[in-house]
Amino acid sequence: MKHLYTWTAILLVTATSVIGDILIARAMKQVGDFHQLWRHEGVWIIVARVLSNRNFFLGVGAMTLAFFSLLFALSWGDVSLVAPAASSLTFIGTAFAAKIFLHEKVDGRRWIAALLVAAGVALLAG
Amino acid sequence: MTFRKYLVLAGVTVFAAAGDSMLSYGMRQTGNISLDHLGSLVAAVLNPWIAGGIVLLLAFFASYMNALSWADLTYVLPATSLGYVLLALIARLALHEHVSPLRWLGIALISGGVTFVAGGPALTSHKPAGGTSDPFLAKAARSGAPTSEKVPAVTESTER
Repeated sequence: MKHLYTWTAILLVTATSVIGDILIARAMKQVGDFHQLWRHEGVWIIVARVLSNRNFFLGVGAMTLAFFSLLFALSWGDVSLVAPAASSLTFIGTAFAAKIFLHEKVDGRRWIAALLVAAGVALLAG
Repeated sequence: MTFRKYLVLAGVTVFAAAGDSMLSYGMRQTGNISLDHLGSLVAAVLNPWIAGGIVLLLAFFASYMNALSWADLTYVLPATSLGYVLLALIARLALHEHVSPLRWLGIALISGGVTFVAGGPALTSHKPAGGTSDPFLAKAARSGAPTSEKVPAVTESTER
């Protein structure tokens, strides 16, 4: 039963993190390059655009869910399993989701990177 | 890639690592949070280490948003993992803790992965085929914000 809880929590953390990352990434592309905006139109235009972006708030909501499900998962489950499993799965899930939903060009280089990082994080995060 | 952009990526890495470690240190002090006692959640947030961790994670989030405004998610995300490398190196060099061979392997894998991504382009530029397929890019272009779609000819990623 504890295993079921732990893995449910891990999958919940992973799913909400991936959804949050995708929404925030999309929102920031909609806002536009911060550095260009800052130089040409000032910092307030960035704040205004971020705060009027729906994807931003949805993304923050998803990340908040991810944050609290991680807190719960960490307090229930084995830390040496939950933290590495969730963060490592997030790297792989995000690569898939970025390709599908953001149409990023995830080439061989980036797939290899996602796998290497996921493996490395699994080894280190414990 | 400008120096300022590397600085933003460094911020992503450092703030994430520092915030996470403060948070986990605080969590070890407060102990379990259960669904039955949501009051313990409030107590956890009031713990100074957890509060400090949250502030640092907000700083991380600001740099993360900044980075995502000019780079792909699959470009920025590996940078966050460098934080683990940073923590392990701090443990070894500053705290003189033992770092096991498996953890060194983890460091090598992450560093290798990040190097792979960093060697490639930061942003996928989407082809502006007679008005762009991305409504938000078109909107950004109309409002005068320079976007990657102004890069001519080459349809795939160009910015390094």
